[in-house]
Amino acid sequence: MTDPNRERYRIRETAFYLFTQQSLPACKPVLTPGWVITIFLFMGLIFIPVGLVTLRASHSVVEIVDRYDIECVPESSRIDKISYIQDDSIPKNCSRFMKVRKYMKAPINIYYQLDNYYQNHRRYVKSRSDKQLLHGRKYHDTSSCQPVELNNGQPIVPCGLIAWSLFNDSFTFIRERAELKVNRKNIAWKSDRDHKFGKNVHPFSFQNGTLIGGGKLYPKIPLSDQEDLIVWMRTSALPSFRKLYGRIEEDLDVDDVIVVNLMNNYNTYSFGGKKKLVLSTSSWLGGKNNFLGHACIIVGCSSLVLAIVFTLLHLKYRR
Amino acid sequence: MAAATSRTRKGKIRWSKLYSFGCLRPSTSEEHPADRVGQLGFTRVIFCNEPYLHRKKPHKYPYNNISTTKYNVLTFLPRALFEQFRRVANFYFLLAAVFSLFSLAPFSRASLIVPLIFVVGISMIKEAIEDWHRFLQDLDVNNRTVKTRMSNGVFVDKPWKELRVGDVVKVNKDEYFPSDLLLLSSSYEDGVCYVETMNLDGETNLKIKRCLEASLCLNDDEEFSGFKATVRCEDPNPNLYTFVGTLEFENESYPLSPSQLLLRDSKLRNTDYIYGVVIFTGHDTKAVRNSTRSPSKRSRIERKMDHIIYILFSILVLVSLVSSIGSSLFLKHDMVDWWYLLLPDGSSLDDDDDLFFNPSKPVKSAVLQFIRALILYGYLIPISLYVSIEVVKVLQKMLIDKDIELYDDVTRKSVQARTSNLNEELGQVEMILSDKTGTLTSNQMEFRKCSIAGISYGGDITEVDLAASTRMNANLEPFEFSMDETNRATRSFELLDFSVSSFSAQNGNARLLKTEEPVIKGFNFRDDWLMNKNWIRGPNLSDITMFFRVMALCHTGIPIEDDNRKTDKLSYEAESPEEVSFLIASQEFGFQFFRRTQSLMVLKEFDPSSMEEVEREYKLLNLLEFSSSRKRMSVIVSNEDGRIFLLCKGADSIIFDRLADNGRTYEQATALHLSSYAEDGLRTLAFAYRELEAAEYERWNTTFTQAKATIGPEREELLEQASQMIEKDLILLGVVAVEDKLQKGVPECIDKLAQAGLKIWLLTGDKRETAVNIGFACSLLRQDMMQFHLSLSREAESNNEVKAMEEDILQQIQCSYKLLCEEGNNEAPYGLIIDGKALEIALRGNIKDEFLQLAVNCASVICCRVSPKQKALITRLVKQYTGRTTLAIGDGANDVGMIQEADIGVGISGMEGMQAVMASDFSLPQFRFLERLLIVHGHWCYQRISKMVLYFVYKNVAFGLTLFYYELYTSFSGEVLYNDWYMTMFNVMLTSLPVVALGVLEQDVSSDICLQFPALYQQGPRNVHFSWSRIIGWILNGVVTSLVIFLANIYILSPTALQRNGFVTDMNSLGAITYTCVIWTVNCQIAIITSHFTWIQHLSIWGSILLWYIFLLVYGALPPDLSGNAFQVLIGVIGPAPLYWMITMVVVVVSLLPYFVHITIQRSFYPMDDHVIQEMEKCLKKDDVRDNEMWVREQRNSQRSTSIGFSARVEAKVLSFSQQMQQKKLSIYRSVTNSPIYRSITRTPFS
Repeated sequence: MTDPNRERYRIRETAFYLFTQQSLPACKPVLTPGWVITIFLFMGLIFIPVGLVTLRASHSVVEIVDRYDIECVPESSRIDKISYIQDDSIPKNCSRFMKVRKYMKAPINIYYQLDNYYQNHRRYVKSRSDKQLLHGRKYHDTSSCQPVELNNGQPIVPCGLIAWSLFNDSFTFIRERAELKVNRKNIAWKSDRDHKFGKNVHPFSFQNGTLIGGGKLYPKIPLSDQEDLIVWMRTSALPSFRKLYGRIEEDLDVDDVIVVNLMNNYNTYSFGGKKKLVLSTSSWLGGKNNFLGHACIIVGCSSLVLAIVFTLLHLKYRR
Repeated sequence: MAAATSRTRKGKIRWSKLYSFGCLRPSTSEEHPADRVGQLGFTRVIFCNEPYLHRKKPHKYPYNNISTTKYNVLTFLPRALFEQFRRVANFYFLLAAVFSLFSLAPFSRASLIVPLIFVVGISMIKEAIEDWHRFLQDLDVNNRTVKTRMSNGVFVDKPWKELRVGDVVKVNKDEYFPSDLLLLSSSYEDGVCYVETMNLDGETNLKIKRCLEASLCLNDDEEFSGFKATVRCEDPNPNLYTFVGTLEFENESYPLSPSQLLLRDSKLRNTDYIYGVVIFTGHDTKAVRNSTRSPSKRSRIERKMDHIIYILFSILVLVSLVSSIGSSLFLKHDMVDWWYLLLPDGSSLDDDDDLFFNPSKPVKSAVLQFIRALILYGYLIPISLYVSIEVVKVLQKMLIDKDIELYDDVTRKSVQARTSNLNEELGQVEMILSDKTGTLTSNQMEFRKCSIAGISYGGDITEVDLAASTRMNANLEPFEFSMDETNRATRSFELLDFSVSSFSAQNGNARLLKTEEPVIKGFNFRDDWLMNKNWIRGPNLSDITMFFRVMALCHTGIPIEDDNRKTDKLSYEAESPEEVSFLIASQEFGFQFFRRTQSLMVLKEFDPSSMEEVEREYKLLNLLEFSSSRKRMSVIVSNEDGRIFLLCKGADSIIFDRLADNGRTYEQATALHLSSYAEDGLRTLAFAYRELEAAEYERWNTTFTQAKATIGPEREELLEQASQMIEKDLILLGVVAVEDKLQKGVPECIDKLAQAGLKIWLLTGDKRETAVNIGFACSLLRQDMMQFHLSLSREAESNNEVKAMEEDILQQIQCSYKLLCEEGNNEAPYGLIIDGKALEIALRGNIKDEFLQLAVNCASVICCRVSPKQKALITRLVKQYTGRTTLAIGDGANDVGMIQEADIGVGISGMEGMQAVMASDFSLPQFRFLERLLIVHGHWCYQRISKMVLYFVYKNVAFGLTLFYYELYTSFSGEVLYNDWYMTMFNVMLTSLPVVALGVLEQDVSSDICLQFPALYQQGPRNVHFSWSRIIGWILNGVVTSLVIFLANIYILSPTALQRNGFVTDMNSLGAITYTCVIWTVNCQIAIITSHFTWIQHLSIWGSILLWYIFLLVYGALPPDLSGNAFQVLIGVIGPAPLYWMITMVVVVVSLLPYFVHITIQRSFYPMDDHVIQEMEKCLKKDDVRDNEMWVREQRNSQRSTSIGFSARVEAKVLSFSQQMQQKKLSIYRSVTNSPIYRSITRTPFS
């Protein structure tokens, strides 16, 4: 057994030797009943408090939702909403009343919410040109913008379906006859404003075609400052989504009644979409959503139950 | 294969012919082969010494370079690519990549093509490296040099590859022949040379080649100046033992035979040099033509893996169908109303040709959507599975090769996994089919005992005794009783004494330590009376001398002069190792056989009367060959006085039948010795002689010569009859016993394998007695075993009627099976011993099933006298009939068929040639390494690969399905949630390393424990880790995980704000967050599976997760042109949101929870063997594990109730003893307990 070869190997007790002999130092966690119970207990103890904290954050958010797409169509036109919305001659203004049920601390985010609107449709999502948005008309290859690419041979800036279908309802808010100031700046991600939409790119030939989709843009303002567009062009992931419209930077008190004067321009009637106006405060966790809190608590509780069950079973069937 | 074996046999016959005056004999073939020269198949013409004539047609033959590579520079790319895309999965990805060129794919081109190139590239690099190694080997061979005669008459070194047909070469001693040569002359005057053909047929003995007398004169460099000759011969063919041709030399034509042909890959031995002319070069040589690529084997897991891939493909097709149908329904009913899509309406023929969403052509759109979906959900198919498995297997192979425990100090060789794709199959073996000679035994015959003139000499112990005595030590008490009951008390005590001494000095080494004098290989005999020439003072002097003469003369061996020998001792080469051991023994006894020519044998004899060594010449008159039917061989020699003797050796039964009345003096005593030798497992031969009158001899010789001269099928019969006439009225001299040495550690290894639940069949070409002896020696058989002997009855055999033979065998099988069923198969084990002829019948159509049914139910099966072809046939039938994984292990050319046929072929890279090793999948230096290879490495690799494949399936299902769920929310429009490059990174970088680490380093239990609990091995054959329920379970786990990840994300994130600033999640951030959850989950999942964490696992798992964040950072930091929608997604969008990090935590925990609960329940309430052992190991770490009662108990329990192996033997003996025990007196018991052995046993309990 004391062959020189073997000796030589033995001397080379380097990491590589241990590796080749598959005897690297290792920890071998084994799920003994003790560990199982500890893990479940630990999970319960972590998740229940986390869930409670999350729920609390969610409950601290005050949210007012008002669906206005039907109410804002005059009774007479409700049978044929599509022709109503497509008729430019009819004024589309409409007033809504929102009652504040709970004190809302500024800033209060104003969202419009669209349901059954497939902003994530592949044809829709692809129909844009990021390079054009950044470089303007200098960038010529806008084939990705089909079918809203050219207008009478002139390139459209911004091109593509997304921009073309820009949401164009507008809202003004009045509390006790005084107009509430709505801040419409900083509603888009900073990275988008700074790097994805050109500072020198101005809309060109936009909504000039035979088919007019949604909203128009200010021709004199560069795209990077047209935050409505930037928000709209961040396509939503799901067919029901909210987008930030602006922020009210005043606190709202309980029982305040807010009058919303809105222009009901956007056509969701063709495809049965809903339009909602949402006023919401936010917590450190964002908006109002109980799902996470509930999930945490359920997981935590079931972990605790499992821990107890395992303890009992372990006591009963001791190995 | 069959051809190879018949060749082997033929080769032997031809060789012996040399000694039996083969040149006097006419050829046995029906027509004169030389006549066929020039006809179809025999058209080759070689102009000796004029190689330049072979440069142009029609005599242009290839150069002598060979190439074993699969590819060359030009063909590599197309052929290797073709190999790669033959795999379904790879082909699928190729199609996907092609579609991506036509904007059909939902991803960018690069993200489809890059992983494909990566995966295929790695596989191809592996192929290229393997081929490169082959190329280097070839280069090495091709650049060997040989002395070649140049046109100026000088012999210079020339590389092999430049050799041409017609070149005259000079090959020196111990050099390999560069190509097939025609022997012209040698350093010996008679033009013979000795050739070692180990590389061709695995036979270690030397063969003699002989040149034509016409070319004898060409034995010097100068002689070749005017040499011109033409050879006409057969075309290149793979038959090693045939050669037909003529040599036209000096206007005469001489027929050529195989004995003038020197084959490539054989070696010149014992001859200083030879001259030869090149006949076949390179790929025309018989050796190259004869080499077959071993069939590529695939493991069970891999075959099952294909089915899994098919399942995944079906899932893929299913979800794609759902997608495309859903898409077209949406298109028809809803999408037309979605004005914001500006869908082309069928009426206007504008340039908008979005074929995917064309309401006027919904069917076409649906088809296109289907294709797109097939590509989109491609992540269900693990693209990197094959390549990962290949990488893992290569690493596993490396670890197996490097294992120091599998290194043999003696041969300085290690275990080699020659193919890496069967590693995991090692863990599923259920049946081992083993060769005997060279595998279990070391093919070393040792001269152990002899009985001369009725007196037995050489009392030493044999290996079998050793095995027996260690067993008896372990179980002393029944042995004591057997002492009581039988009256062989003295023998038993001898055993006992030996056992004690051997116990102090570990088994096999005992003898080495005991003997101070140098050990002579093949001679293990100690007897002062014979060794120190004391016998000359004793009686029966003439008989003893005669006995030694028989030993020294009656053989076919040749002496070999060793250059660096210090003594005047010679070593020998002969047809069988037995003969070698006889020659060595006779040399030790003072009868050195030291020269042989065609007709002369010269001995240095010790002359008892003068007490001097004298040289005596014996004229070899006739040699009557050994054959299996004759079971004897004789030589007829005349000594210097002109007296003619017939010296005969053969099987005892044959010899005893042929004794003269006055030759039976020692019969009784000898028979007694014979039986005792046989009991020791020794191989015995009886020696006899007879003096012939000159007249009688002459008379007989004419008949014999006549018989020899006969041409035709009756020749053999005539020869046999002639031999019968003279081999009679013999005078018995004595018997010799040689030992077939078991290899080191064989019984222990078999024992462990048996405990692991493996069945071991012994397939040997040896006769039944030897096979049974070895069966006993390595505990395949034991005394209390019921033995079924299947053989043809004599009458059935003599009638030679197939029908009768079949009936006979069938009846035997049915009888045995009935017995087996009646007894109930658990109580007493059964052994089945069947011989070749019976086997041939038993493996025929209708009896086959019944035979296999019986055989499979027996604890051990020994097949003796089987031909190599039968070995292969048995292997195939067992494989087919039982469906079990078989492993065939062997060392010689005769095992090649079996090795290639079995699921795993193992070659012993020991003494004999490379044939078996070349055909094998694994090569071991010794049989005993099989234990560790199977029980440790096999178990590990099986576990690793199955875990790995299952995890692969899991991770791809978990990820791929999230893509599908998202489609439900996008009206099946084919939009993808994730950035293309995230997805590309998934299989390539972010999840690949942990799997590889798992596949290479995972250990459920350490190697020590594997060996201590051989029963753990049963997990493999039962396939617990890769059963369908497991596979489905893992797929379901993937489904659950994907559901949890996806639903939790969309419900938590939508539609409300993500952060305090009120921003909401959009598609990009949802994608990044969901993807983060996927990465965390699949990596944590593998952390849960892993039970053995070294720093490598930690690094790869946690590193992969970290890598995702790094990737996201780096990718997001690129300008938006490059990063697209991932631009600054981590630092700008999701990173600052606490919700992101919370979601990650919650989703990971929840998605892993179902699996976690499952394993905790399984471990706590339905633990598997490895779980129990792991837990015990953990619990008992602090105490000394082995002493712990629980440990020992579990270890006992885990040892399957085996019926073979010596633990089983011990168990059985303990059982029988405890019954007897009650009847015996206490006094005996006390005497036993006081014995030193008993004490030593109680100190070291057998484990």
